[in-house]
Amino acid sequence: MSGLPAVPGTDNLFSDRLKQRQRTGRLFGAFCLGTTIFGVIALVLLLLDVIGSTFTWSAVQDRELRGGNVPQVQESWTLWEGFYKRGEINETIDEKYPEARLEFYSWINPDFFLNFPSRFPEISGFRSPLLGSLFVILLTAIMAFPLGVGAAIYMEEYGGHGWISRIIETNISNLAGVPSIIYGLLGLAIFVRSWDGLTGGRTVLAGALTMTLVSLPVIIVAAREAIRAVPPSIREASYAVGGSKWDTVSAHILPAALPGILTGMILSMSRAIGETAPLITIGALTYIAFDPTGLRDVFTVMPIQIYTWVSLPQAAFHHLASAGILILLVILLSMNGVAIFIRRKTERTW
Amino acid sequence: MVEPPHKLLVSTSLRAQRFGRRAIRERSIASILLLFAAISVFTTFGIVFVLLDETISFFQQVTFREYFTTTRWTPLFASAHFGIWPLINGTVLIAGIALLVAVPFGLGSAIYLAEFAPRNARAVLKPTLEILAGIPTVVYGYFALLFITPIIRRILPEAQVFNAMSAGIAMGIMIIPMVASLSEDAISAVPRSLHDGAAALGATRTETVLSVTLPAALSGIVASFILAMSRAIGETMIVAIAAGNQPLLDLTLNPLVGMQTMTAYIVQVSLGDTPQGTLQYSTIFAVGMTLFAITLVLNILSRIFVRKFREVYE
Repeated sequence: MSGLPAVPGTDNLFSDRLKQRQRTGRLFGAFCLGTTIFGVIALVLLLLDVIGSTFTWSAVQDRELRGGNVPQVQESWTLWEGFYKRGEINETIDEKYPEARLEFYSWINPDFFLNFPSRFPEISGFRSPLLGSLFVILLTAIMAFPLGVGAAIYMEEYGGHGWISRIIETNISNLAGVPSIIYGLLGLAIFVRSWDGLTGGRTVLAGALTMTLVSLPVIIVAAREAIRAVPPSIREASYAVGGSKWDTVSAHILPAALPGILTGMILSMSRAIGETAPLITIGALTYIAFDPTGLRDVFTVMPIQIYTWVSLPQAAFHHLASAGILILLVILLSMNGVAIFIRRKTERTW
Repeated sequence: MVEPPHKLLVSTSLRAQRFGRRAIRERSIASILLLFAAISVFTTFGIVFVLLDETISFFQQVTFREYFTTTRWTPLFASAHFGIWPLINGTVLIAGIALLVAVPFGLGSAIYLAEFAPRNARAVLKPTLEILAGIPTVVYGYFALLFITPIIRRILPEAQVFNAMSAGIAMGIMIIPMVASLSEDAISAVPRSLHDGAAALGATRTETVLSVTLPAALSGIVASFILAMSRAIGETMIVAIAAGNQPLLDLTLNPLVGMQTMTAYIVQVSLGDTPQGTLQYSTIFAVGMTLFAITLVLNILSRIFVRKFREVYE
C-alpha cells in the first residue's frame, strides 16, 4: 500500500491496520487448518493404537493345553513400546517371568481365523463372528437390494409429486435419523418375538431382517440419486420407440443407474457390517462356538465379539479385540475401495 | 419426470389400454413398487406401535409421576425405582461433551475445506475425514476405553476408569465429519456473489467468512449442530463400553465419573436374558420411547431451522 498517497498525521494508520487484519486472517486460516488436521491426527492415532496392540512384543512361555504345547502369553507390550523402551521390557520380564522369552507376537494368526472364541486368549479365534457377519450381511443385501431399489424407482419414476410420494419422502428422511438401537427394539418385538415361528427367535434371519430395515433409508437415498442422474432424454427416446414405463425403467434407466446403485449398496453394507447396537438388542448371542449354517441358527457378529473382548478385564482380550478391529477395518476399507473402483470405472457424462 | 405418451400416439382400443396384458403388467408392477416404497412407512408405524405397546404396559405398573419426577433409576434391583433422570443426565452430559469437541473442530474443518483449502489439500483431507465417519462405533468405544481414558487418568488421577469424558470425547471425534460435511454444504450454498462482494470491498478472506458467509449459512450450520446432538444422544456402543453401566445415584455434571445413558441401559438389559412380559422387559421400550421422542424432536427442529431461517437469495 506503498502506492497510496500519504495523508499527513495518519500516514501509517491504514497500512498498520492492514497488517493487523492480515495477521488475524492468517491466524484464523491456521486455526481452521489446525481443526481439520485434528481429525486426521485422531484417525492416525486410532489406527496406530489398533495396529500397535494387534502386533505386540510378548513375554511368551510354553504351557500344556488340551494335549498340546501352546505358547502362553504372560504380558504384552505394543509394537511401538517395543521400539522405544526395549530395556525396560527386558527388565520386567527378567523380574516377573524368568521362564518366559520376549517374542514378536501377532494376535492375527492362522488360529485367529480358524478357532472359535475361547476363554484362553492365545487359542481364541474370530471364526464364528466373521462367518456370522458375512452371513447376516449377505442376507441383508439380498433382501435390501430389491426393496430399496424398488422403492427408489417408485419415488423417482412413478410417484410424481403427489401426497403419497411426499409422505414416503418425509418418512424416509425421518427414519434416517432414528437411532439404530430403536430398530433393534423393533426387531426384538416383531422379528424375534411375534414372528418367532418364521425366524426361530434370535437367529440369522431375525438379524438380517432387522439390518434390512436399518439400511433401507440409506440405500433408497443412494438409489434415487443414481436414478435421478439418468437424463430425461433417455426416457424420451425409449417412449418414442414405443416402450412402456416398465420397459423404459428395466431396459434403460436401471442399467444406466446400476453402477451408482451398486456403489451406494456397497457403502451401506459396509456401514451395516459395523452396526452393533441393533443386533445386541435383538439378542444376538455373545458367545458362539459353532459355524452358523442355517437361516434359523443363532449367531454373533464381529462388532459384538469385539465388544465382548473389550469389556473383559484381562489385557490379553484387548489385544484380541484390536486384532478383530483390524480385520473389520480391512473388510470395510476393501468394500469402500470396491465401491470407489466401480464409480471410477463406470463414471460417464451424458 | 417424463410420462410415456402412449395414450396419444399408439392407436390401441380403449379396452386394450385398460385390460390388455401389457396394461395389467404395468399396473401390477407399479403396485409392487409402491408396496416396496411403503415398507418405510410400515417401519415407522411398526416402531411407534411396538414402543407404545410396551410403554403402555410399563405405565400400567409405574406412574408417570415416578418416571418423570423422581431421580432414582434402579429397575434391576430388588427395590426397583423408575426415575428416568439419571439416564437422561448421563445421556445429555455425554452428548454435550461430544458437541464441545465436534462443534469447534467440525465447523473449523468445514470453513477450512470450503474457503481456505487449496484444491489438492481438499482432495486429501475430505476423504480422510470421511473415513473417520465410516469407522464402526464399537471401534470408537475401544479407542475411548483403552486410549483416551488412560490419558485422562494420567492428567486427572481422580477420574474413574469408566467416565463420561472419555466417551464424550470419542463420540465428539466420531461426529466431527458429520458436522463438517453438513456445515460445509451450508457454507458452499451461500451464493458466490455475496462472497465476491465482500472481497471487492476489500475484506480479507477471514473477514469475508466471519461477517458474510457464516451469517448467511447460519441456519444450515445450526441445523448440523442439532443433527449432531441427535446422533450423539442415540449413540450406543461408545457409551456402553467406555462410560460404565452404573446409573448415577445423584444427578451431576462431573464428567469424571461413570454414568449410564439411555442407550447403554437398553444394551445392558438386552445382554441379560430378560423374559418377555416382565416389567424389566417393558422398561427398555419405555426408555426407547423416550429416546425416540427426543431424537425425533431434534430432527424435526433441525429441519425447521433449515426451512424457516434460511436466507433466500435471488
